[in-house]
Amino acid sequence: MKPNISTEVGAIKIERPTMLASGILGISLEVFDRLYKEGAGALVTKSLSKEPWEGYPNPTVVGVKAGYLNAVGLSNPGAPYFAKMISSNKTVPIIVSLVGSIPEDFDFMIKQFENVKILGYELNLSCPHVEKVGLEVGDDPELVHKIVKSVKTQSKVPVIAKVGLGSSDYLETVRVACESGVDAITAINTIRAMAIDVETTRPILSHKIGGLSGSAIKPIAVRCVYEISSQFDIPIIGCGGVSSWEDSIEFILAGASAVQVGSALVDKWVGVFSEINDGISKYMEKKNFSKIKDMIGIAKKP
Amino acid sequence: MQRNPDIPTIVKIEKVIDETPTVRTLVFSDEVLSNVLPGQFAMVWIPGINELPMSVMISREKGKAAFTVRKHGFASTELYSLKVGEQLGVRGPYGSSFTIKQGKILLVGGGTGLVPLIRLLTFLKKTDDVTLLIGSKTKNEVFFEKMANQILEHNKHAVIVVTEDGSYGKTGLVTEAMENLFSQIKFDVVYTCGPEKMMHKVVQLASSKNIYVEASIERMMKCGMGICGSCCFGEVLACRDGTVFDGKYLLTNKEFGYTHRNKAGILENY
Repeated sequence: MKPNISTEVGAIKIERPTMLASGILGISLEVFDRLYKEGAGALVTKSLSKEPWEGYPNPTVVGVKAGYLNAVGLSNPGAPYFAKMISSNKTVPIIVSLVGSIPEDFDFMIKQFENVKILGYELNLSCPHVEKVGLEVGDDPELVHKIVKSVKTQSKVPVIAKVGLGSSDYLETVRVACESGVDAITAINTIRAMAIDVETTRPILSHKIGGLSGSAIKPIAVRCVYEISSQFDIPIIGCGGVSSWEDSIEFILAGASAVQVGSALVDKWVGVFSEINDGISKYMEKKNFSKIKDMIGIAKKP
Repeated sequence: MQRNPDIPTIVKIEKVIDETPTVRTLVFSDEVLSNVLPGQFAMVWIPGINELPMSVMISREKGKAAFTVRKHGFASTELYSLKVGEQLGVRGPYGSSFTIKQGKILLVGGGTGLVPLIRLLTFLKKTDDVTLLIGSKTKNEVFFEKMANQILEHNKHAVIVVTEDGSYGKTGLVTEAMENLFSQIKFDVVYTCGPEKMMHKVVQLASSKNIYVEASIERMMKCGMGICGSCCFGEVLACRDGTVFDGKYLLTNKEFGYTHRNKAGILENY
């Protein structure tokens, strides 16, 4: 029998375990629709703010050895515009990523999506290159508690917290988010990093410091998923350097119920989702796993 | 070792050519960019200032490439103002290229949209019959006419300049001149690059005569490699699926000729 690659991240049910990561290609419904048809199990939007943000000047994304460095600056058209844009959505499984500084920001944005068909929200508590949001929120347990609590009261759909490696212990952020009622965790975001061009002696990114993504961070992300899975009873979405079915399986074995793909689109373009899905399916067949659930976290077995 | 196209490679400006009072060509040595396909672009980093997508201009010297820039906004004015000896970072090449066809060929360009078309000329066969229409507002904004004639000197060819104010060449819009040509010549293929309203008209005209047509489109670009999403154009990404698309596709894309996204990703009208 062909293995079943559908998966459940708590109450979020998706046909395939590969999601588009937030920040990647996420500003139009037509592109979401295309990626869904290409095999993505769910599409996470760019992080939306209350108002439109232009982001930083270029260079905003450049390559480094074994990965990419970005400080796009969370450019996005704002939650009200975006909600209107996807209001006609009927078929595409969309997870809306939100970024803000205080509970009221999130309340405002959730109101915009009240009548829009979405799978859930992903709270960006981990963007490493914009002030007063992202990691600066994630590093403040009290604020995480207030925001998650408030969002959970407002939202009719599941709420995921996306955590990353900031200046405080990320496991503390996970603990607070779990205690405040979050439904799932996405781990991890890009990691604060920079690149300097030696010829011109200049930092390359206009923002100077950005976030590192791609293969370079995958072992760190696998470790985080493993740690969260070992310490908390919460569904996890693995994110960070996923570029193949082997990477995806590794995250699942560490404890992830699904994975998110971002930087790998540079090399593999939109075919990356079906390539990973097919690889996962073949692996399951070979190893006699009939469903994703049977593989989640089994690397933790003593 | 092959270089990583996504990491800026530093090049030095060797020559600056004034094309018009507002347009300059900056020439530099770079083997990779000297060999790109017509329509491909580079992300050009002005260190400490900004980074811009630029179609790669040819140089008539081996191993060299160039960027032709009009001073317009902040970043393009900074690029325009660079001097011989100053450095640039280049990433790429990125994007698709024009499909090289043969026969009776028409190219329609406006402004710096001529850049990929001039490169395309160098890929054509000597047996091709080539017509290049150069559209411009006025005489002192016309450039690349002489270079196009030089590249095409062994071809049967015509380089026709059309100015809106009639101060040079034919008078009117380049698309009007194109309609006139269509009544005299049956072209096998049309290539266009320039302002989107112009390209929209060119694609409509060619398509109405069942002539294969390709256009190179421009959108707000940040990463250049297909991940940031800034340049999304309907369901495609200008930087990755394009920048060159055929007319049949373009006429199905409801944004073509009408809207583009700003830095925040909000659709704005042309």
